[in-house]
Amino acid sequence: MKPEPLLDVAELSKRYALQPSGSPIARAIRRLRHGPEAVPKLHAVDDVSFTIGRGETVGLVGESGCGKSTLVRLIARLIDGNEGSIRLGASELTHIPAKRFASVDERVKIQMVFQDAGESINPRYTASDAISDPLRRLRGLSGDALRSKVEEAATRCGLPLELLSRYPHQLSGGQRARVGIARAIAVEPELLILDEPTAALDVSVQVVILQLLEKLKVELGMSYLFVSHDLNVVRLLCDRVLVMYLGKIVESGPAREVFANPAHPYTRALVDAVPDAKRPPSGRVRLSGEIASPIDPDPNTCRFVGRCPKAESLCRQAMPRLQPVRPGHQAACHFSSSGPQT
Amino acid sequence: MSTNASALRHARYVLGENPVTAFAFGLFVLIVLAAILGPSVVPYDPLASNTSRALQAPSAQHWFGTDQLGRDIFSRVIVATRLDLFIAIASVALVFMLGGLSGVAAGYFGGWVDKVVMRIADTIMAFPLFVLAMGIVAALGNSVQNIILATAIVNFPLYARVARSEANIRREAGYIEAARLSGNGDARIVLTQILPNIIPILVVQMSLTMGYAILNAAGLSFIGLGVRPPTPEWGIMVAEGAAFMVSGEWWIAFFPGLALMLAVFCFNLLGDGLRDIVDPRRRT
Repeated sequence: MKPEPLLDVAELSKRYALQPSGSPIARAIRRLRHGPEAVPKLHAVDDVSFTIGRGETVGLVGESGCGKSTLVRLIARLIDGNEGSIRLGASELTHIPAKRFASVDERVKIQMVFQDAGESINPRYTASDAISDPLRRLRGLSGDALRSKVEEAATRCGLPLELLSRYPHQLSGGQRARVGIARAIAVEPELLILDEPTAALDVSVQVVILQLLEKLKVELGMSYLFVSHDLNVVRLLCDRVLVMYLGKIVESGPAREVFANPAHPYTRALVDAVPDAKRPPSGRVRLSGEIASPIDPDPNTCRFVGRCPKAESLCRQAMPRLQPVRPGHQAACHFSSSGPQT
Repeated sequence: MSTNASALRHARYVLGENPVTAFAFGLFVLIVLAAILGPSVVPYDPLASNTSRALQAPSAQHWFGTDQLGRDIFSRVIVATRLDLFIAIASVALVFMLGGLSGVAAGYFGGWVDKVVMRIADTIMAFPLFVLAMGIVAALGNSVQNIILATAIVNFPLYARVARSEANIRREAGYIEAARLSGNGDARIVLTQILPNIIPILVVQMSLTMGYAILNAAGLSFIGLGVRPPTPEWGIMVAEGAAFMVSGEWWIAFFPGLALMLAVFCFNLLGDGLRDIVDPRRRT
């Protein structure tokens, strides 16, 4: 019997309605002639399901614009999805609209570390103000109790206490990242979403911050959803990995296994794109072609078909679904196991 | 407190670096002093007429000369400062509350709030502004409150638009999402995250419109739709003196006009300096 997962996301979708073309008058005439028009929709996140266990680190990789940010904002309950469910422990979160989520008890359980730490701290807040805000609002602390909690979080994150009175523009990139992390962990959430927490940092600082995150996870018993472009980081840090392409998860499985034996051609291309001096450039899968449009995609065509080296006519007739390749390892490709699925 | 001390140090630094701002600031202090102390320090009663001394040119006795009723123009110019400054400050404070808050709400919430606020702003902007102010005062009655209200309404679109665009830029900012994760609702985000960050921009706007508000109040009085004589007020004094320009008694209109110009000039210069002082990114 598998333990109850901390986070269970099922069939989650988010579509954005786009403005139809033409002037309001032209659209009114079109509506009169042809009946109600279909509004084009951008499918940012499409039918995504996955789980995160307690104490587990799950990586989320994929190229820019594939829907990673939308997905984490759905899970962080900053925006509302169109369909699907998000369960945290025993409670269903999609029943509470994002607008009201700030005032419910579950708010404290999901926190997030942002990509650009500098931009995620109010320029008029000192480091201490920034770390205090969630403690004050979500834990109801004030006075000495608040100050000692702020100092505890800062110490945990390796932020010298004398920096607490500084404004973000007076801090270095690494120090800002520590403030951002301290703010998120101060309230001791169960799930911490890390949205490319090291993307804006120097390589030397990246390592330190990643080690800090590893340490905090063990100390506070949190689960991580780790979004990153850097496959090496994901391989090192994550237990499992989700590969996302155009709003869909195309492969999921244990990080080691997925990177060693990618089952989806897109994952293969991602892995091959990581520079490696020991490996000859020949024999790597390199992608050509343009990424398909996320606006009203054909539901019966594989999203990756235009760039896929393995594409066949079957890929244009049926959307591949996530299929087990090996135990715990799934891929959404018709050719992921041995031959075409029937 | 230490934060106050550092803000003061920063203000002194900014003034030292910008002599123009320092000059404007000095002028501002002078104007405020005149407004507060004016009535108790002027040499003559601003309302006391003395026809035997009418239309005297500036002299050691009457620095700015006397008007057609023999009133001391220097005393009248100084005493008028309080009324003109009060009208300007009150109207700017009013429009800061109305325009600033509704503009921020429009920019942050979007949707119908945005549409309503912006269409109101457009409607006001469709009028020639001074004519609109005239109309409001003429319709509501000739009182100081109505001049303040009219000046505030005329400036509304300026504030609403600036506040809206600044709030709009910031509503997607990382620290707004972070604030939401920290358990802040929309109203609290607007008041504690967005508003404090756009106040520097609105303060510059306030300083610039202060000058305009003084001009507007004086203009209304000039055409007879504002403060009524014999109250000392720069606009009325210029209007009364205008008739005597032709016959050579230039000082009656010149000195109140000069005071008006200096006040407007001072507030316009002050805007830039204030922006530097309130912007935390320039605090080191």
